[in-house]
Amino acid sequence: MAFIEINGLSKHYPSRAAVVAALDGIDLSIDEGTFLGVMGPSGSGKSTFLSLIGGLCHPTAGTIRVDGIDIFRLPAEQLADFRREYLGFVFQSFNLVPYLTALENVMLPLAVKKLANGEKRERAHQVLERVGLKARAGHLPGELSGGEQERVAIARALVNRPPLILADEPTGSLDTATAASIMELFAELNREGQTIVMVTHNPETRGNFHRTLLLRDGRVAGESLAPAA
Amino acid sequence: MKLRTIAFNNLRRRKARLAFLLAGLLIGIATVVTMLSLSAAMTAEVQHQMENFGANILITPKTDELSLSYGGITLGGVSVDPREIPEADLARIETIPNRRNIAAVAPKVLGAVEVKGERVMLMGVAADREFHLKRWWSIDGRPLVERNELVAGSSVARRLGLKPGDSVEIEEFPFTVTGILRETGSQDDDLLIAAMATAQILLDKPGLVSLVEVAALCGDCPVEEMVEQLAAALPEARVGAIQQVVKSRMHAIEQFQVFAFGVAVVVILIGALVVFVTMMGSVNERTREIGIFRALGFRRAHVARLILTEAATVSLLAGVLGYFAGMLATGLLLPMLAEAHAQLVWDGTLAAGSLLLALLVGTLASLYPALHASRLDPTTALRTL
Repeated sequence: MAFIEINGLSKHYPSRAAVVAALDGIDLSIDEGTFLGVMGPSGSGKSTFLSLIGGLCHPTAGTIRVDGIDIFRLPAEQLADFRREYLGFVFQSFNLVPYLTALENVMLPLAVKKLANGEKRERAHQVLERVGLKARAGHLPGELSGGEQERVAIARALVNRPPLILADEPTGSLDTATAASIMELFAELNREGQTIVMVTHNPETRGNFHRTLLLRDGRVAGESLAPAA
Repeated sequence: MKLRTIAFNNLRRRKARLAFLLAGLLIGIATVVTMLSLSAAMTAEVQHQMENFGANILITPKTDELSLSYGGITLGGVSVDPREIPEADLARIETIPNRRNIAAVAPKVLGAVEVKGERVMLMGVAADREFHLKRWWSIDGRPLVERNELVAGSSVARRLGLKPGDSVEIEEFPFTVTGILRETGSQDDDLLIAAMATAQILLDKPGLVSLVEVAALCGDCPVEEMVEQLAAALPEARVGAIQQVVKSRMHAIEQFQVFAFGVAVVVILIGALVVFVTMMGSVNERTREIGIFRALGFRRAHVARLILTEAATVSLLAGVLGYFAGMLATGLLLPMLAEAHAQLVWDGTLAAGSLLLALLVGTLASLYPALHASRLDPTTALRTL
């Protein structure tokens, strides 16, 4: 069985005129260690797709099983536990907490985990080092560049050692050179075995993906596989 | 890193909101503390006055014949009524259960004597206790000590032409006037005050006293109960309490307390409203942040706890600062509201109470905002996803 099994996934939003189908009957399975890119024009349902895998909202129909867990059958609080243990989110606009230092932002997912404080700190330092930001640990997000903030966000997604990383346009607000280095970081993580699902607009990032899913009007319009390495 | 680390950092790095929250609660707590400590100080002052007020219990003989009075209390007839209180019975006063509350027992014997052809009232007293009890007496000269010394009231001294150091004979017994009592406006002005033993001989009342003034020490000790206990110990005597002045003063303070309570409730309610509105604003402003927390795996309960931890921290701070601000205000207001003796009372219970009140008001007012925050939908909270 694949690591992620998606069956008949639909999400409809009621609007004044009619019901809008943001996602309409998606079937997909994703194996462990895959680097999946999700592309498509604005409004194609990419973000809804990511929200659903992340258990941030519920589908109108369909199921998602992650590691055999039917996530939408989990009660609300256990769904939060699922996110904490299984997922690492990297958001488009970094979404760092402005009043916490880089180190504290990285430690956020551990704040509600029963772990010794020293261990939390140690892990956060390790991942910050991994993303090349050890020296900036004590800085507030406002004092960091866009690329650095993105790295902090990636470190935060990694700190809990989640099996799956969900990234939403992680390079969307970065210059080309920084974007390239961030993509390289993701590729590196993937080479180490990390499963990643990434939503992106940027066609240049395509070369890093094992599989690229093209969404249009809430449906899978096409899928391409990267040439075998 | 724990939930409280996040809460503390948020408060620490968003000082303007912290200040606003703090002010809202602080003013409320400070008002409560001011009102309570003011009324406590004023009550203490009244108690102090009561202790200095002198006697608050009078023991007089039981009699139907009313011909002589002192201090507004009618005494037994001087010449005809044989019923006086035997001095020996007074020892029983010290046997009552509340004897510790008795500050002073001042017996006196009263009777008319003839001096320089005029009939005047002679009062025999236990000098040390009497002058201790009547602290408002001021004397030109000194109080009497010896058996052949006396102090004259201002008007009797004027009538008889007495000055400190004069000699005067009463019923052929020579006395030295050691002092003149300054005008009191009471019947004391018409008295000659001599030692108990001498007066008993002159008045032919050996071993008898006409009345006893008793000072009960504390303001809130049960005077009625002490009166009953004294009446039981001295069945032949009449025991009564004098409380008018203190009672009316206490009544005024009770009214002040009701007013203070009302003001405090209103200010606390306003404080709670300020906390509620500020916390609600804070939660709405932090929608995105709360979305991040939820996406990172915080449970609803964690988010609610985070908001309540912040509220509790601010509340505790407001409690401590409010207590001191309230005491400061009391210190400034007290001289205007009370008389000289009023003192600031540092009360541990009030300090603990203001902390608790702040905590209660702050967290209760933040309960709904916390609940609201925990129910935020992470997707709408994040929007980018």
